Amino acid sequence: MSEVEIRLTVNGKPYAGRCEPRKLLVDFLREDLGLTGTHIGCEHGICGACTILVGGEAARSCLMFAVQAEGADLVTVEGLAKEDGELNPLQQAFHQHHALQCGFCTPGMLIAATDFLRSNPRPSRDEIREGLSAVLCRCTGYRNIVDAVEAAAAAAPAAKT
Amino acid sequence: MSGAAASWVGRSLLRREDERLLKGQGAFVADFVLPGMLHAAFLRSPVAHARIRAVDLARAKAAPGVAFVMSGVELARRVPPVPDSQLVLPRKWTTQVQHSFRNPRQPLLAHDKLRHVGEAVAVVVADSRYAAEDAAELIRLDLEPLAPVVDPEAALRPGAPILHEQFDTNLIGSFRIEKGAVEEALAAAPKRLQRRFYTHRYSAVPMECRGVAASFDPRTQTMTIWSATQVVHWLRREAAGILGLPESRVRALALDVGGGFGGKGHVYPEDLLIAFLAREIGRPVRWLEDRHEHLLAATHSRDQLHDVAVGFDGEGRILGFRDDFILDCGAWNPIGAGIAYNTAVHLPGPYKIPNFAASARIATTNKAPNSAYRGAGRPEAAFAMERAIDLIARECALEPAEVRRRNMVATAEMPYSVGLAYRDGEPIVYDSGDYPAALEQALAAVGGLAGFRDRQRRARGEGRSLGLGIAAYVEGTGVGPFEGATVRIDPSGKIYLASGAAPQGQGMETIFAQILADEWSVVPDDVVLSLADTAAIADGLGTIASRTTVCLSAALHHASRRLKDKVFQIAAHLLECAPADLELREGGVGIAGVPGGELSLKRLAAAAKPGWDNGRPPGVEAGLEETCYWEPPTVTWSYAVHVAVVEVDRGLGHVRLEDYAIAHDCGTVVNPLLVEGQVRGGVAQGIGGALLEEFAYDGEGQLLTGSLADYLLPTATDVPDIAIVHLHSPSPLNPLGVKGVGEGGAVAPPAAIANAVCDALGVEINETPVKPETLAALPRAN
Amino acid sequence: MKPARFDYHCPASVDEAIAVLARYGGEARVLAGGQSLVPMMNFRIATPAALVDINRIPSLAHITVEGDTVRVGAMTRQRVIESSPVIKEKLPLLAEAIKLVGHLPTRSRGTVGGSIAHADPAAEIPMVLLALDGEVVAKGPKGERRIAARDLFQDALTTSLAADEVLTEVRFPAMPANAGCAIEEFSRRHGDFALAAIAAVIVRDGDKCKSARLAMAGVEPAPQRLGAAEAILQEKGLGEEAIAAAAAKAAEGVEPLSDHHASADYRRHLSRVLLERAVKRAARARF
Repeated sequence: MSEVEIRLTVNGKPYAGRCEPRKLLVDFLREDLGLTGTHIGCEHGICGACTILVGGEAARSCLMFAVQAEGADLVTVEGLAKEDGELNPLQQAFHQHHALQCGFCTPGMLIAATDFLRSNPRPSRDEIREGLSAVLCRCTGYRNIVDAVEAAAAAAPAAKT
Repeated sequence: MSGAAASWVGRSLLRREDERLLKGQGAFVADFVLPGMLHAAFLRSPVAHARIRAVDLARAKAAPGVAFVMSGVELARRVPPVPDSQLVLPRKWTTQVQHSFRNPRQPLLAHDKLRHVGEAVAVVVADSRYAAEDAAELIRLDLEPLAPVVDPEAALRPGAPILHEQFDTNLIGSFRIEKGAVEEALAAAPKRLQRRFYTHRYSAVPMECRGVAASFDPRTQTMTIWSATQVVHWLRREAAGILGLPESRVRALALDVGGGFGGKGHVYPEDLLIAFLAREIGRPVRWLEDRHEHLLAATHSRDQLHDVAVGFDGEGRILGFRDDFILDCGAWNPIGAGIAYNTAVHLPGPYKIPNFAASARIATTNKAPNSAYRGAGRPEAAFAMERAIDLIARECALEPAEVRRRNMVATAEMPYSVGLAYRDGEPIVYDSGDYPAALEQALAAVGGLAGFRDRQRRARGEGRSLGLGIAAYVEGTGVGPFEGATVRIDPSGKIYLASGAAPQGQGMETIFAQILADEWSVVPDDVVLSLADTAAIADGLGTIASRTTVCLSAALHHASRRLKDKVFQIAAHLLECAPADLELREGGVGIAGVPGGELSLKRLAAAAKPGWDNGRPPGVEAGLEETCYWEPPTVTWSYAVHVAVVEVDRGLGHVRLEDYAIAHDCGTVVNPLLVEGQVRGGVAQGIGGALLEEFAYDGEGQLLTGSLADYLLPTATDVPDIAIVHLHSPSPLNPLGVKGVGEGGAVAPPAAIANAVCDALGVEINETPVKPETLAALPRAN
Repeated sequence: MKPARFDYHCPASVDEAIAVLARYGGEARVLAGGQSLVPMMNFRIATPAALVDINRIPSLAHITVEGDTVRVGAMTRQRVIESSPVIKEKLPLLAEAIKLVGHLPTRSRGTVGGSIAHADPAAEIPMVLLALDGEVVAKGPKGERRIAARDLFQDALTTSLAADEVLTEVRFPAMPANAGCAIEEFSRRHGDFALAAIAAVIVRDGDKCKSARLAMAGVEPAPQRLGAAEAILQEKGLGEEAIAAAAAKAAEGVEPLSDHHASADYRRHLSRVLLERAVKRAARARF
């Protein structure tokens, strides 16, 4: 089948591209849009490295075809830091708590945690662990990631009241 | 070390690596685009054992988007197999250890036989990975099926199918080491036990699979290889050999690498093949391993079967220990005897064992090749020894902790000579440490043994099964033969370090900045590093075997010392004083005891430049750069005691880790935050190996766990918060007093967890992984 | 691990989807949430000639209550179920089950209908549908039909849906307000497919069991109702012995799968242990 045209918004910016319908969304982001922050770790939906926000909700970009994202509003790891490049509070918490080593799972971990905290702004430590079990990390043993997410939740304005 | 200024070493400095990785700006091998780059995919063996009659590439060659297709049959006429120069052991070793090795050399693509499921037999290069996979499906293999052999004991029996027919046997390596008189000791011991211990097959499985890109410049006849590897200089050497190029015309570099853990610690056939293809086709080529390929064909590890006999007295004191073990190395043996030998010499652990023998047999089978993975033979040794200790405790009706106390090397006995030779050929001498203190502190970190026994009794009354397990180990770290450091004063005044050490997440950019900041009395931000690039330094060894902090800190220290001499000579000339009057301070050189008037390193770099009007004294050569290849005298010994507390759901057989504590000693700690990260990460992998991860094959040699839905990596809910206690026994063997820490965390968990489960249920478990099914089926004593 | 080529169709209506499916004569697959189908395509285990993407058919995503029935559009995301007050109130069993389905990022895309049509042996949603005596609505070239859960699940990854039918709606009878329910399952890791799972819905009358509905997943190729065990509870009540007898009866009757993760014996064992636990918790749930 011939190529299809795709228009979508990523990190608030409009993009357009053409690809075969079979092209995975993660490949489209990385190859066609040059957004290589989203990583490929398994291509079968287990590792979570490719997790992005689709319409505000975390999803595996290896389990969607690019064509399905026509008209969608996506956020990738490149869209997390502030305009001036300053790390957002979650990213800062990851830095402060040494919540990354090789950094390969980090984009997916940050996105999954972003969505998790939105759906559960004041999680217990066990709930954080359960939420983060959506993304595999091979380096850290998770504790520092849990600490970082806990700290980010505690620092968020909603949790202060 | 140099300055009197506040030390950067020892501080939990946050990482310099983080910002780019947090923003999605890392540069992994999958992340860049070379003009005209093509993409490779492999056809991999669907069967475990077959003779190749023919490979028909015609349809693949005609497929859309395909630039190039080649089978192993054609390739074998063009290039030699992967060299085995990396297998070389020093003469000091070969002349004192009784051994026999015959090592098959792996071709870049299979051409005569297929020896394991997933072995690459043909390669397709196309304008996209999608097109390459399409075409690979069109390749037809004409195979003569051969009986596979999957079990290493069966492989060693007469009449077994032979993998490498030139040897007429599947036994491709063996050695034996001994001290004292083990048979006599066993015969005379008041008590004896014999057991079989098995550590199953699991491996590194980094979140980033392997990947390699290569580009050949015909004008300069230069090959550049970007690989997700831990060993860039080793890769350069083998690529130069395969391509017939001078090493100076091959550049190998690793950019950001998404975890290695030993799995990327040797040169793979694909690394070399992609380079060959880039030159052959005349366009850059990249291959990104997918997860299925990774699980099938990146090296596996562990998979050792131990037959242990131990003699002891009624007080639990070990009198003799003999272990005859088999390492199932799969179809190929990329790093030779290293792992098996590690196992053999790490068996005694922190214990005094007067009579000891270990023999190893390395068997080939129709499974993926076996190579190093975090611990590299040590977890298998710890499993055999630490399970044996618990069994001795049971025989003697003693607390397992007490048996450990009675057998441990005491602090007063340090340095302790073990009576065996390390793989560098040097006598093993535990250089420093306090093993009994580590045991007490690890137990204290879970609330103490007595407190636990109370809790365990109460829980049992409620029908709950708690258990506590201990495992101790020692680990030779910082092994040679060398690591190199080039230290240069950059014209900007910044300190520049180049090394072949190759990070995959350890935080080297941070810790070496800390170490150099202390060396040169600068701040870490004034340090610039170039790691994992063969263009930056003539030789290097790479980041494997818990050696980089040890070897590179020493190399950069010695290079810095020489460079400081020169810096002081030039400064003395400019300040009209004697070099001995000078000191480094605040990013420059000043006269000791005389505040102010410092010459900045930038100024001194300018003075050292070659050319007219330089500031050098007569007889001092131009440039501020020194290189040191540091060759360690031998390894330095890290150690730890792990304590696992588990609760077993008896109905389901499920093991929940309730608590986990570690007392460890890696000498001087450069960055506590990063060390704890390394230790916890290692433990998480050890937990995976103990309970979840498994490369399981069926009788036909088909891998049953070829996806991450089946090969179960631990998630955030599987790893508890882990308490860490640091002990500090600086090593006398290197300037900083450091010991390696990268691997240790992964060594003890299988033994500690198995011991804890046995304690909880009153059962005997002598193999990993400890699966719920096994526990649900076991008869229980408690 | 890249999918093979396929034709892509994104119909705007169910009728259009059915027409496209018919055109491919069984060689096309419906793409719902894709959380099971796409991995199979990436492994090239599934190589459909065409995908009929029903994600843009607006009529397929809804949760409505009609009398005693909760009607869930086939394309309702699992995540929507998770946060739906209606589901929490009317179908607490489904609310409990949904948290066990994969992870939040897979529930963002995964759908109720997709999980049912895919019919993984260990999937929780089919087990819940079976436990609650639900049904599905399917539409094909010959029109619409309703299929009871007990007639739907035939084998592993096999339902009685025809290749040219689209599952449009899932109908769950609302649970009685006085029912207690529980799901007990065991998987090697959180979020993984269960090695065995039991769903129990119990209506108590003091120590007596007015009604017991028990379903099982992960043990046999298709989810099963455990009628014999239900009968024992209804007859003998909810005492320790009755529950043990029901569990033993259920375990005796199963014909379990065997694979690398769990042997048939272990699955049988788990079905007994989990059934006891599920019944006990369900019996406690609302009293």
